This record gives sequence, structure tokens and C-alpha cells, in this order.
Amino acid sequence: MERVADGVVTESAMGFFTDVTLCIGCKACEVACKQWNQLPSDGYALTGNSYDNTSRLSSTTWRHVAFVEQMDREVPAASRWMMMSDVCKHCTNAGCLEACPTGAIVRNEFDDVYVQPDVCNGCGYCVPSCPFGVVAVQPKSGVAQKCTLCYDRQKDGMEPACAKSCPTDSILFGRVDELRVKAEARVANLRAQGKEVRLYGVDGEETRDVGPLNAFFLIPDRPEVFNLPPKPVLPSRFQPAAYTAGLLAAAALTALGARVFRRAGGAA
Amino acid sequence: MPGLGTLYGRGGATTFLMDLEHADLIIIQGSNFAENHPVGFRFVTKAKERGAKVIHVDPRFTRTSALADQYLPIRSGTDIAFTGGIINYVLENKAYFEEYVLHYTNASYIIDEKFVDTEDLDGIFSGFNPDKGTYDPATWKYELDESAGGEASQADGSADDAKGGGTSPTTGGHPAHGTKRPKKDPTLQHPRCAINVMRKHFARYTPDVVERICGTPKEQFIDLCKLVVANSGRSKTMTYCYAMGWAQHTVGVQNIRAAATLQALLGNTGRPGGGVMALRGHASIQGSTDIATLFDLFPGYIKSPSLERGEDSFENWKKNWAKPTGWWSNWPKYAVSQMKAWFGDAATAENGWAFDYLPLNTGDHSHMPLFFTMKDGGVEGLILWGQNPAVGGQNAALQRAALGKLKWMICQDLFETESAAFWKREGVDPATIPTEIFFMPAAGVAEKPGSFTNTMRLVQWHEKAVDPPDDARSDLSLAWNLGKRVKELYKDSTRKIDRPVLDITWDYESDDPHERALGEPDAEKVLREINGYVVATGEHMKTFADLKDDGTTAAGAWIYTGCFPAPGQNHTRRRTGDGWVSLEWAWAWPANRRNLYNRASADPDGKPWSEEKKYIWWDEEAKKWTGYDVPDFPVVKPPSFRAQPGAKGMDAHDGTAPFLMQEYGVAEIFGVQGTVDGPLPTHYEPRESPVPNALYPHQQYNPVLKEWRRRDNPYHAIGDPNYPYVLSTYRLTEHHLTGAMTRWNSWLAELQPEAFCEMSPELAVELGIRNGDWVTVSTARGEVEAKAMVTGRIAPFKIGPKQWVHQIGLPIHFGYQGLVTGDSANVLPPMVADPNVSIHEAKVFTCNVRLGRRGASHEGPTWLPVPPEEQTPLGTPKRGGRVESGSAEQVDHEIASPSEIMAGARRRHDLDHQESEG
Repeated sequence: MERVADGVVTESAMGFFTDVTLCIGCKACEVACKQWNQLPSDGYALTGNSYDNTSRLSSTTWRHVAFVEQMDREVPAASRWMMMSDVCKHCTNAGCLEACPTGAIVRNEFDDVYVQPDVCNGCGYCVPSCPFGVVAVQPKSGVAQKCTLCYDRQKDGMEPACAKSCPTDSILFGRVDELRVKAEARVANLRAQGKEVRLYGVDGEETRDVGPLNAFFLIPDRPEVFNLPPKPVLPSRFQPAAYTAGLLAAAALTALGARVFRRAGGAA
Repeated sequence: MPGLGTLYGRGGATTFLMDLEHADLIIIQGSNFAENHPVGFRFVTKAKERGAKVIHVDPRFTRTSALADQYLPIRSGTDIAFTGGIINYVLENKAYFEEYVLHYTNASYIIDEKFVDTEDLDGIFSGFNPDKGTYDPATWKYELDESAGGEASQADGSADDAKGGGTSPTTGGHPAHGTKRPKKDPTLQHPRCAINVMRKHFARYTPDVVERICGTPKEQFIDLCKLVVANSGRSKTMTYCYAMGWAQHTVGVQNIRAAATLQALLGNTGRPGGGVMALRGHASIQGSTDIATLFDLFPGYIKSPSLERGEDSFENWKKNWAKPTGWWSNWPKYAVSQMKAWFGDAATAENGWAFDYLPLNTGDHSHMPLFFTMKDGGVEGLILWGQNPAVGGQNAALQRAALGKLKWMICQDLFETESAAFWKREGVDPATIPTEIFFMPAAGVAEKPGSFTNTMRLVQWHEKAVDPPDDARSDLSLAWNLGKRVKELYKDSTRKIDRPVLDITWDYESDDPHERALGEPDAEKVLREINGYVVATGEHMKTFADLKDDGTTAAGAWIYTGCFPAPGQNHTRRRTGDGWVSLEWAWAWPANRRNLYNRASADPDGKPWSEEKKYIWWDEEAKKWTGYDVPDFPVVKPPSFRAQPGAKGMDAHDGTAPFLMQEYGVAEIFGVQGTVDGPLPTHYEPRESPVPNALYPHQQYNPVLKEWRRRDNPYHAIGDPNYPYVLSTYRLTEHHLTGAMTRWNSWLAELQPEAFCEMSPELAVELGIRNGDWVTVSTARGEVEAKAMVTGRIAPFKIGPKQWVHQIGLPIHFGYQGLVTGDSANVLPPMVADPNVSIHEAKVFTCNVRLGRRGASHEGPTWLPVPPEEQTPLGTPKRGGRVESGSAEQVDHEIASPSEIMAGARRRHDLDHQESEG
């Protein structure tokens, strides 16, 4: 498909394909991201949770490598230590964008979800609206921050810093349609080797609300293992019910109020 | 590096990283490839995508194991037993590549009848001198064919290296056999031909023994052996990758020899997807051995003259190193050109090329003896460049104390490292430190031009991007300006002893006014000198084949000749890759050859072994060698060429001899030269081990290892119950070495912010330690505290029916300076060294662990006065000698199995719960 935004023509959305089976947990993506985007460190404390000391995506950590240890003493060969570089998913139906009251969060010409820092007023509505827990308000800047998919680099025809720095090509950047073809081939290759893998964010249950993800993953286990929601839910899904409930409640209150007042009037 | 040098001829990785993609099997052992060489690991993942199998053999389940197809546990310090086990499997099943072995190795050469193996001498080879604790390798040689012509060696082939105690030749060695040819048995039947000597030597390395020594499950080991054999041969190849996990042992060199031996037996070296990949740990560690930070090597692996070897004149020096046969017959050309590069017109034939200007080695001046001497007050001043011994040195507390005995110290670094700030560390009163310290701020890599020589001998130029801030300058600038000022101070001297200072060539002045104003020399002018030039015309040398021994050429390091063949043609700047051999990407020594010994990729007749593994072959029509790489062979020497008796130089090699640096052009699986601790790898326990040597009960550890028995460097006894656990130190991806660059960077510091101690759940339960608790790890050298990281990635090793060895791990990165600080793991290990290259044994020693934080004084016995008889005058290493293993009851205490421990823990847990619920 061809899309036009701000006069720039792109033939397809641009995104990430992150292959967990190739990640060596070097965290070069985290560092390259922080350096390019000039994000501060999150403090110096050992978590004791494997080699993960940044713990989560946050307003200042836009790439986060999760470490999953599955060591098996009974069947040593089944032992695994998996690393996954997590990132904003740049959803087709982005909860943050839906919730943003100021229009600060937009879909840019690369079809990526972008927070305009000069428009954001820091209300934080986007924060609970993201089913992946990605976006957060940074206390110092006072605005919501998350991965921009290196919007500035893309504008100059460069790939995002994380993908550029990934030594094993676990993070690939490109046209989402092309990345999907690569991903399918990779899945077929791994399945032929007898490995159980799946894609997350292409067409599974996880896309019911949020739609296909521009940043999607190849994972060798269930999504929950990597802290990915198996069925991410958008708050807007509850809107009809919430409005209906609200209307019903209002109607009920009106009816109640009318009755009370009528009674009171009657008594007077 | 002698591990590779003595076997194949050159002390560098035989292959290149991109070639890993062409391997059918990759074994990573003694290396945490993914964590410490993440960029190179790209080619391992590419190989995996192509269907190659990747095996990781390691004491810990690391990020490399995570990406491997199979992980095999191995107790630290038992790699020779493991690799020897594979060698035994290959020999017993006749699974070696017979044609390759017959033509390209010394397998068929008959060994001198006076040689006696460890199997017959209870753990030592013939020639052992128990008083000195050294070997005389006189019996480690071939039986010569007296019927054929030629001269016997004119040099005395006795134990130069053992005597000197220095590192052994990294490439080549002293003449061993003259121009006579060894006797051979092409049928491989003779009981004394090398392969049969080896068969006998490794016969006891059975899968059962491997399991008992290494703790590797037998079935898993046998499966691996089968995989190795299935992936070697005409149409398949495997690569062995190693790094510090093999090197940092008292048997470091032999660890590497074992793998190189196996690769030669399987016919994998010199072929695409094969060879031994030595992974270098930091940016130019290969470069720093090439040009030449070791005390006993000049650039290009030319051994610096040693008084102990009688090398007191150029002629006597030459006599020891210029070999009659093979590539080292060219030694005089390289040595003379080097002297011309250094001393210009002052080096003449008449004055032995200014030989008298050279300092002569008088013994072992490697790092550890140097620091002992410093501690004993024998060193006045020190210049520290790119080194941080206060954190990186073994028995680091001793090294810190040693720095405090200096009168002055210059430290040039990016930040004020622990070594620069040793005088204000915890527990030290600065008023008691007399050392005057000059801290010089250094330029970062993007602030200066220069070259890096990486793991695959690839010399890559990097440009300067910005000026360094404030007073920061390049290391080169400090060296050059220091030299200029010293020359200025001596300019009116007439004393003979000052001539070297006055005559040394020092003309690296930059032509760029901006750089001149900064005081920065021209790094490319240094590269030009390294590359070499014609003395009369200044024309750049194009190849080392053109170097002369008559003083008409100059070259700072012959192996780099050709990297800068003409002004404006700095090949190390090139950046055109083709996805594989990439001959147009930078420049690799020697002569831009990427896969060394690549003549072995063709059969003896010069035809590829198979279509799949085609690489270099003989083009019959063009009458030359051709292929995808630069042939590592005389280009026009046909496969049919046969050396005549008595031939000298390269004419002494047949057209079928791919290992051209070696005496007879073949890989020396029986090591007749170069290693000082035996011609064959042998399993010894580490210097400190909780268990006795199961193979040789009367020889616990390497009989010729270097050790320093002093009260400030105490060693643990075998199976010492006070120190029951094995400790390995290692690095993490997130930090670089001592953290001198990374712990000052907030983005890296947050990723690994604190020192931690990895331990198994089994041990943690036994000691009542929970994840995240403070623990104190102690040895007789000191103690350090760290947070416990309890993880199933660490597992105890089962080495007997009822015996288990617990191993723990500590990263080395922490110190008392920087954004994030912590105790330095290197306070714990002893100073003890491999006899060949003086490398320390950081990968395995014993320790204790307890719950809780350490006390205030943790730096061990460094304050103890060392009596004169224990002091270490520079140049007199002490040797290990013959040491009996510990008695059985001392070490055979029963340790409950992990499952028993865990069952107990679960029971306790259940009880706790019942109580709290009740």
C-alpha cells in the first residue's frame, strides 16, 4: 500500500523485526538508543534478576533486553537462557494515540507512532492506555516519552540506532511487509530444525485490538514468558460498554432524582 | 600464542571471522564468544542460520551457551583432559584425515628413542631437571636419517628457553635438526612415529576418565566426539574457537596446542570453515603482540637478544634464530631491516647493525616478576599506558602495594583509574605513599588516528574525528614528545652509552600545522616505518620478500610489510567487503593472507579436497597457485616439487608442505620445538585445585609452571578444606576489562552496576545464601564482597560417585574509582604463571564463600615484610617442580549430591511454611 503523510511518500510502514533466537543479550541496542536519543541512565542498582538491571521499558529506556532463565537440572539439555530486546510496538491501533487529548501523539509518515514533545502537556492519559506498558511520563521533561523509531534518523535515510548496533541482526529494521516475508522464512527454517517458534504481532490473537504491530517479534515460547500480553486489550474496547453504563447510570439517577424531587414536592 | 605458533608456525588465529560462516561445526571452548566478542559472534549466528551446529564447552552456562545448539559443562582447568579425550577418540577410531595427516603433519616422523613419555615417567616427560624445575628438551626431537645428506644443527639445541625462563618462541624456534631429514614411516606402523607416541600418550583419556576429571557427562561427550568426526574430512570442516578461558591457565599454551593438534589430525586447518580461531579480547591485543609490548619480543615475533642465550653480538643472535631450513632462514633480512628502521645510518654491517644499542634480556622481565621486584623496592619509575594493574593484576593488593614503592609514576588514561589513584584507596594513608604521580589525560579513539590489529590479524586504520579536549593527547604524542625531550637533554653527550638515544630515528613530525600545534606526531609516518622502505630512495616496501640483509632496506615489523606499499596507498584504510574473504577490506598480515596455511585446502597434488571446500589450488596451465585468498605458499612452487637432501631455506620444503614457517613445512603435532613444558599436551590440575590429579597421582600440576613462593603471595594446598570451592574470574559484555572506560559511562554502568558472585542454587542452599545477599569470597590473598547471584546457570560438577566440585564466578570489572564501584575480584587469585608465556591463572583457583560483608581490612598479607630469601630479584623465576598430589582422605570428603541438597532445601522450606501457617 502507498501512503502519503506530510508530503512524504512511503510505500509501506517502517518497523522492526526482533528475532529472540538471535539475541545474545549484549544490550548494544539499549546503549545505542540512549546515546542517540540522549537519554539518562536509570540509576545504578543490581536487581539480581539475571543480567537485567534496567528491568523495564520506561520514559528513559526505549529498548530493554529481558533475560529469561529456564534452567532445568533434571533435563539439562532443555535448559535455556533467552534474551529479548523489547521496544515500543508501534501498533496499528495505538492505545496511547487514541487516549492522547492534545494530539501530541501522531502517526508519522513512516506509519510509526510518534510523541511530539513540544505538543505533549504531560497529562499521562497515554500511560495506562498502552497495553504493553511502553510509554511513560518523564518527571524532568514533564512529557510522555517512548521509542520514536528514530524518527530523526529515518528522515535522513538512516536506520534506527538499535538496529544499526545489533551485532547479530536480531533486530532488523525495514519495510514491515518485507520484514514479514523474512520473518516467515526464518520461522520455516527454525521449524524445519525442529524448533518451536512463533511470530508475535503479525496476525495472532495479540492483534485483535491493537492490530498488526510495526515492531513484531519471533519468540521461542509463549508470549507471557517474555512479558508480552497474549491478548493486549485497548481501553477503547470498553468505551461502548462504559458509555452505555454511564448513560444507564445517568438515566437511572435522573429517574431516581425526579422521583425524589416529586416526592419532596408532594410533601411540601 | 605459542600454542598455535609451535604447531603451525605462526602465533595468530589461523582463520578469519567471516569464514566461520563456512564451518559445518563450531566448537567454542575456553571462550565466552557471545559476551566478549559480540560483533564477531555475528558470523556464528550466520553459520547457525546456514545449518551449522554450534557447541559450547564451559564451566558456566553463559550467553554463548544460550545461543549454542549444545552446551557441555566442564570443570575449570580440565580442558586438556577434554580435548585429549576427543584426540583419543579420533585416534582409536582411526577417524583422522589420513592423507592430510600423512602429508601435512609430522605424524609419520619417527621420534628419538631417548624420548620418554609422561605415561612412563609418572606425569613428567624425559629431560626434567628437578632442581631447577625445568625441562631440557634435548630428547624431544626426531630420529634423523643419517643415510641422506645434510648437516646436523650447528647450534646447540638444548634448553635455551627452559634455561632463560622467558617466553618460548612464538613462531619458530632455534635450529633443532640442521639440514638433515628426519626418518619417516609412511605406513604409520613404527611404534615411535609421532602419531603412535601420541596414541599411547592419550590412550587413558577415555570418555569415563573425561567424565571423572571434567565432570562432563560421558554420553554427552561421546555424542560430541561423533559430531566432530562427522563434520571433518574432505567435504566438511569444523572450527575451534578459544580465548582467555584457555590462555589464563598454568597449562594455557598446552590447552591451545591440544585443539591445534586435533584440528591437524582431522585435517581442518588451512581450509575454509576450519582452523583455530584465537579470539582476542580487546581492540588491538593482537597488534600489541605483533608490535611488540612483550618484554622478550621485538616487532614481528623476533626474539629480543638474551644474554642467557649468549646472544651478545649480532652474529651470536643470528646463529640462534636464523634456521637453515624453512621460512626462518630469512631471519637476517628481517632483523637487519628492523635495525635499519630503528637506527638508520648508525646501523652498519661493521657495527653489527648497531647491535650494541639494544638492551639485552637478562631473564624473566614479564609482568609478574616486574611487580614483585617493584614491591621489593627494585623499580624506581613506571609509565602506565592502557593498563590498570590495581584492578587487572593478579593478587591485585600486592600490585597496589608495589605501586606505592615507586618514586614516580606516569599514568596516561582517559580517567583517573584505580592505578592512578592507588594512594587514596580504602585503608591507605596517602601520607605514607612516597610515589609522585603524573596523570596525563589521554585522547579517546575518535580523537586520534591510528590502527587496530584485530583478532584475525586484520590491520584496520581509524581516522581522527575531533580534537581531544583540553590537555588530552594521544599515547603516541606522549611517547614521541618524551623521546624528543630526552634526545634534547642528551644532545651534547659524547658518551657511548647515550648513542642509542641520539641515533634512534624519531622523525614523525606531522605535516599538518594543526596537528603540530597540538604536539601530535603523524601516525601514518609510524606506519610507514613499520611497513618499511628502501633506505636509499625512501620508496615504500611492497612485500617482505624484498627485504634485504645488507642494510639497503628498513622495516619496523616485517610481518606488516605490504600494508602501506606506496604513499597515499594505506591499505589498512580499505573498506570493500565481499561477504567472505574480503581481500579489499583493510589488510591482514602476512601479505594480506586471510586463511593461513591455505595450501592445505588442496590435496598433495594441488587439487581441492572437495568442491564444497575449494579454496586455493594449483593451476596447472598458469603454473601457479590460485584461489579465493592470497596463497600462503610460494606461488609458483608446484605440488610436485621435492626438496633435495641438504637443501636450505624454502628449497628444503616439498611442494606438499603447507606449514611454511615450520622446519619441514608440516604441522608439528608432536612438538619438537618451542614449548618448554612438553611436546604433547598433558592433563595437570591447576596450581590450586580441590582435587588430586586423577591421571598422574604423583604430579599434581604443571611441573615447570612459574610460581613465586612468598608470604605476600601464598598458595592454597591441594584440597585445602579452608578453600573448598573453585573460582573463575571473567568479563561481562557490559564492561571492558578493569572498567577503566566503562564504569565511567552512565549508560554502561547502569547495565552492570555492582559486583556480583554467581553461584549455584545448590551451593547457596548449603551456605544459607539467598539471591541478592552480600557474600564475601576469600582466599589467602585477601577477600572481596559482592552480591550473590544465585542461578541455575551455575551447576556443581560430579567428578566421582560421591564427589562434587562447586564452582563460583566473579566478574573482574570493579574497582574503587568510577561512577559505579565495587571490590576487585583480582585481589583473590595468586600470582602463578604458564611457563611458556608467563600468563596468569585467573580462570581457576580455590576460595571460600560466606554470607555477609567483608571486614575493613581485605587486602590480605601484602603488608607482611618479605624476607630477602623470598624476594624476587628481576630475572630469576622460581619453578613449580615436582609436587605430589594430596592424600586421598584430605580431599575425599563426601559432598551430598545437588539433588539431595535441593531435596533438603525443599523439606526445610515446607517445614518453614507449616510453622508459619501453624
